Amino acid sequence: MFRRLLSLLCLLPLAAFAQAPSLQDVLQTQQDAVEKASRKTVDQVLAALVDAQAPGTLEFIEAWGDKRVWMRKDDKLFFYVVTDDNQTYTLLDLATRDPAGTADKRALKQLKPNSGVRSVLASYLVQFQLSDPDPARRADALTAIERAPDESHYAPLQASVADEGDATLRARKERLVRLLAVQYAPDPATRIAAIESFAGDLGVDARSVLNPILASTPVLDAPDGANIARALKPGDDLDIDTAFDLALAADKVAPIPSVAERKAALEANITDGTVGGVRLDLLNTQEGRDRAYAALSHAGTVPDWQPGLTKAAAIADLTFTEVYAEPDPAITDAAAATLASINRAVGLNQMLDLSLDALSLASIYFLAAIGLAITFGVMGVINMAHGEFIMMGAYTGYVIQQIIPDYTVSILVAVPVAFAVTFAAGVAMERLVIRWLYNRPLETLLATFGISIALQQLAKNIFGTQARPLTSPGWLDGAWVLNDVVSISYIRIAIFVLSLIFLALLLFILNRTRLGLEVRAVTQNPRMAASMGINPDRINMLTFGLGSGIAGIAGVAIGLYAKVTSELGADYIVQSFMTVVVGGVGNIWGTLLGAGLVGSLQKGIEWFNPSNTLAAQTYMILFIILFIQIRPRGIIALKGRAAGD
Amino acid sequence: MQKSFLARNPSVLIFIGCLAAFTLAVTLLSEATGATFISTSFVKTLGKTLCLCLIAIAMDLVWGYCGILSLGHFAFFGLGGYMIGMWLMYERTKTIVTNSLENATLPPTADEVRDAIGTQIFGVVGGAEIPPIWLFADSLFAQLALVVLVPGLLALVFGWLAFRSRVTGVYLSILTQAMTLALSLYLFQNDSGLRGNNGLSGLQNIPGLSHISQATLSIWFFWASAVALALGYLLAVFVTNGKFGSVIRGIRDDEARVRFLGYNVEGYKLVVFTGTAVIAAIAGALYYPQAGIINPAEIAPIASIYLAVWVAIGGRGRIYGAVIGAAFVSLLSSWFTGGGAPDVPLGFYTIKWTDWWLVLLGLSFVAVTLFAPQGIGGLIDKLVRKS
Repeated sequence: MFRRLLSLLCLLPLAAFAQAPSLQDVLQTQQDAVEKASRKTVDQVLAALVDAQAPGTLEFIEAWGDKRVWMRKDDKLFFYVVTDDNQTYTLLDLATRDPAGTADKRALKQLKPNSGVRSVLASYLVQFQLSDPDPARRADALTAIERAPDESHYAPLQASVADEGDATLRARKERLVRLLAVQYAPDPATRIAAIESFAGDLGVDARSVLNPILASTPVLDAPDGANIARALKPGDDLDIDTAFDLALAADKVAPIPSVAERKAALEANITDGTVGGVRLDLLNTQEGRDRAYAALSHAGTVPDWQPGLTKAAAIADLTFTEVYAEPDPAITDAAAATLASINRAVGLNQMLDLSLDALSLASIYFLAAIGLAITFGVMGVINMAHGEFIMMGAYTGYVIQQIIPDYTVSILVAVPVAFAVTFAAGVAMERLVIRWLYNRPLETLLATFGISIALQQLAKNIFGTQARPLTSPGWLDGAWVLNDVVSISYIRIAIFVLSLIFLALLLFILNRTRLGLEVRAVTQNPRMAASMGINPDRINMLTFGLGSGIAGIAGVAIGLYAKVTSELGADYIVQSFMTVVVGGVGNIWGTLLGAGLVGSLQKGIEWFNPSNTLAAQTYMILFIILFIQIRPRGIIALKGRAAGD
Repeated sequence: MQKSFLARNPSVLIFIGCLAAFTLAVTLLSEATGATFISTSFVKTLGKTLCLCLIAIAMDLVWGYCGILSLGHFAFFGLGGYMIGMWLMYERTKTIVTNSLENATLPPTADEVRDAIGTQIFGVVGGAEIPPIWLFADSLFAQLALVVLVPGLLALVFGWLAFRSRVTGVYLSILTQAMTLALSLYLFQNDSGLRGNNGLSGLQNIPGLSHISQATLSIWFFWASAVALALGYLLAVFVTNGKFGSVIRGIRDDEARVRFLGYNVEGYKLVVFTGTAVIAAIAGALYYPQAGIINPAEIAPIASIYLAVWVAIGGRGRIYGAVIGAAFVSLLSSWFTGGGAPDVPLGFYTIKWTDWWLVLLGLSFVAVTLFAPQGIGGLIDKLVRKS
C-alpha cells in the first residue's frame, strides 16, 4: 500500500500526460464495489485507482467521501452533479467536469458510503493534504493523523517535513513523525532513537504511544525467544484465579470445584433426604457438606475434588512470566527507560501543580480567615457568624450582577459594595450584641452563633435553597496552561492576587497608620491603651467592621468559583477556625502561615488519596488536633500579658 | 448535724415527683393502655425528649459547672446510638436472613448466614464483607459495654490530649467542634464500616420482641428514658453538691487559683469530660431505638451547638435548668418545624413558621444571652427567692 501511495504521489503531475484509461473506465471495472462500498471492498477500489493513475483521482476520492458522487441508474456511470431546483440535475464528467447531460432526480442515485468507508477514504486523503498549499488544510491533516495515527501516514508525513515552510506546522510535523516512528519506523534503530527522543517529555501523546509498547500479558511457560518482562509469582504479582485459569487452559491442572459449585452439585444430588449418605439436616456446616461431596465424588457422580487442595497449591510448581507483545527487547528497554524519565518529569510537574493548587487554596483560606483572626486577636471574640458574612458578601455580588449585566463592571462594583455591606453589618453586630458581652468569650461565641443561624435561615428565606450563580467576567475564564501537567485557572490566580493585595493593605494599615497603631495598642493591653487616650470602644467597632468587611470581599471571591448558597459560609467556617488556631491569633503573618499549612496539608492529603476528599478532611482535622498539642497557641503565639488569658 | 442529702436538695424530690407523675400520665393516656389521647409517635417524641434532657444534664455538668464549653458532646451521643444500633441492626437482619434461608434446599451454614447478613446490611454501600468493628455485633452485652467504652475512651484520649496541653476557653470549644466534625466526616464515608451516609436504620424493631407492638415498646423505652433521666439527675445533683462539685465550680471560676491550691485541675476536668461523655452515650443509646434511624448528619457540629443553646436557654449551673431548657426548646422546635404553629398573615407577606423558626430561635438565643444570661432557670430562682 505504501509503495503504491508513494508512486501515486510522484506520478500525480505526470498523470495528465500519460496515456491511461479514464477515471470513469477504472471505476467501471470496480462498478459494484464503488456502488455498494464497504470497509472490505474499499481498499480494492483504492488500489485500482492508484494503479491506473487517472487524472482527477484525488478529487474523486474526496468527493466520494463527501457524498458528492452520483450514479445514473440505467447505465451505472458515475458523475458529479449540480442542480438549481433539486429536481433536475446537470451531470458533470468526473475527469473534465464538463456537463454531460441532465437527468431527473429519480434516474439518479447518490453514493452514500458508510462511516467506515469514509474514514478509510479520509485517512487516505490525509497524506495528500499534508502537502496542500493551504496551511489550514495541512493543520487539519495533522490533527486528523494525531487523532487516528496509522502506519500508512508515516512515510508521507516524513516526506512532507522537508518542504514545510510554516515553522509551527513544521514543529508539529516533526513531533508527529517522531511519535509515528516510535511505532511504525521500519528499522529498530530509528524506533529506539525516536523513543529516546521523548525522555522527560510531558506530553500526553508521548505517553500514549510509549505505553502500548510495554503492553504485556502473563503467560504460562514462556516460549523461547519471547521478550520477557519479569517472572511472576502467583499471589504477589499475579492474581491466583488468573494464574489458575491460565494453567487450566493449558491442561496443567485439573479443575477445582468452588464452594458454590460443590453446593450446587450437592443440591442436584439429593436422594430421599440424604446427599451421599449424609442426612440433609447435617449439611448446615461446611465439614458436613465436604463429607457428603467426598462421598459423591467417590461414587463418581460429581467431579473429583480433593479436600484441602487450594488453587494456590495446585499451581505452586508452575512458572508464570510476563511477556511483552513487542518482540524486540532493545525497544522495550528503551521504552521503559524513557517512560521512567517521563514519569519522573511528570511527578515533578505534578508536585508543582499541587503546590499551585495548595497556594490557591491557602489564599482562599487566608481571605476567609484573616477577618476572623483580626477580631479574635484584637477583641478576643470568636465570631461564629463570620461564615455568614462571607455568604452575605457572595449574595451581594449576586444581587449586583442582577442589576448590572456587564460582568466586569459588576465585579468591580461588587467588591467595594460587599465590603460596605458587611462592614455595616459587622459594626451593627458589634454595637448591638458583642459590646455587651466583653469578658464573656464563651457567651459571645454562642450569641454570634445565634446570629449565624438566624442569618443563614434568613438568606434561605430570601434567596431560596437552590444555588445562585456568581459569574466571573470573560477574561477570567480559562486557565493558564504551562504544559500538559501544570495548569491553573485564572480565577484562582485572581484570588491569589487579591489575597496578596489584602495582605499588603492590612500590613500597611496595621503598621503604618494611626488606626493600626491604636489597634495594636488595644490588642496588647486595652486598659493601658485606654489610659493613653485611645477609645477602645471605637477601635473595637472599627476592627470588627474591618474584619467583617474583608469577609464580605472573600465571599465575592469564593462565590466566583463556588456556587452561592446559604451554606457557603458554613462550609468555610471550620477551615477558617483551623487556620486561625493553627496560625496563632492576632498576627497577620500567623494567619498567613496557618492558611499555608492548612491549605497545603489538605491538598497533600488529597494527593495521597484523591478519591476521598472526606477522608482528607478527617485526617486534616486530626492532624490539627495533634498540632495544637505541640503549639497550643498556634505557630506565632502572642507574647507578654496578652497571651496570659 | 448535717442535713440529709434530700433535705439539702429539695429540687430532687420535686423533680423526681414531677417526672414520675408525667411518666404515669403519659402511660395512662397512651395507646399502649388502650387510650388514644397520645399517639405512639408522640410517645416516642416525648421519650426522645427525655433522652435529650439527659444529655443536657451532661452538658450542664461540663459547661455550667466545669466551664468547659464542649461543642462535641453530640459526637458521644451519636456514638452511643451507633453502638446499640449495630446490635439492633445485626440481630434483626440475622432474623430476616434466617427466615429467608429456611426454605433453601440445604440448611445454611454459619458462614452462609454471615455472608447473607453482610450483603443485606452493606449492599447499600457496595460491600458484602462485615467489617471487623462489627465483631461483637451479635452480642447485646458486648455492644452495651461498647456503648460506654467507645465514647468513654474517645473522650478520655481527646480530653487527656487537650487538657494536658492546657487548651482552654474558645480554643477548646473549637477543638471539640473539630473533633465532632472529623468524626461525622469519617462516618460519612462509605468504607467507614457503618454504612456511610445511609446510617443504621430499622432500629425501632427490637430483635426477639417482634411480637410486641410498637405502642407497648414505645412506652417501655419511655420508662427506660425516664428512669435514666432520674438517675442522671440524682447523680448530677449528688456530684455537684459534694467537695467534687465545689472543686469543679472553682475550676470554672478561676482555674489558675484552684491549681495553685494544689488540686490536679487536669484530672478533675478529665473526669468530668469523660463522665459526661458516658452519660451522653447512654442517652444516645436510649434515643436512637426510639428515633429508628441514625446517620452521620446527627453528629454534625450544629447538633452540639444546639445542645449548648438548650442549656443556655434553660440556665447554666443548675441541673433542672438544663432539663427545662432541653425539653422546652426541643419540643417547641418540633412544634414549629412540624407545622404545628399557625402561620401569621401580614397582608403583604405570610410568615410560615417552618421557614422562620430558625430565625426566631437564633434571635431569641441572642436575646437570652444578652438579657437573661441565667436563662429560664434564673427566672425560676428569682421567683423562688421572692416567695
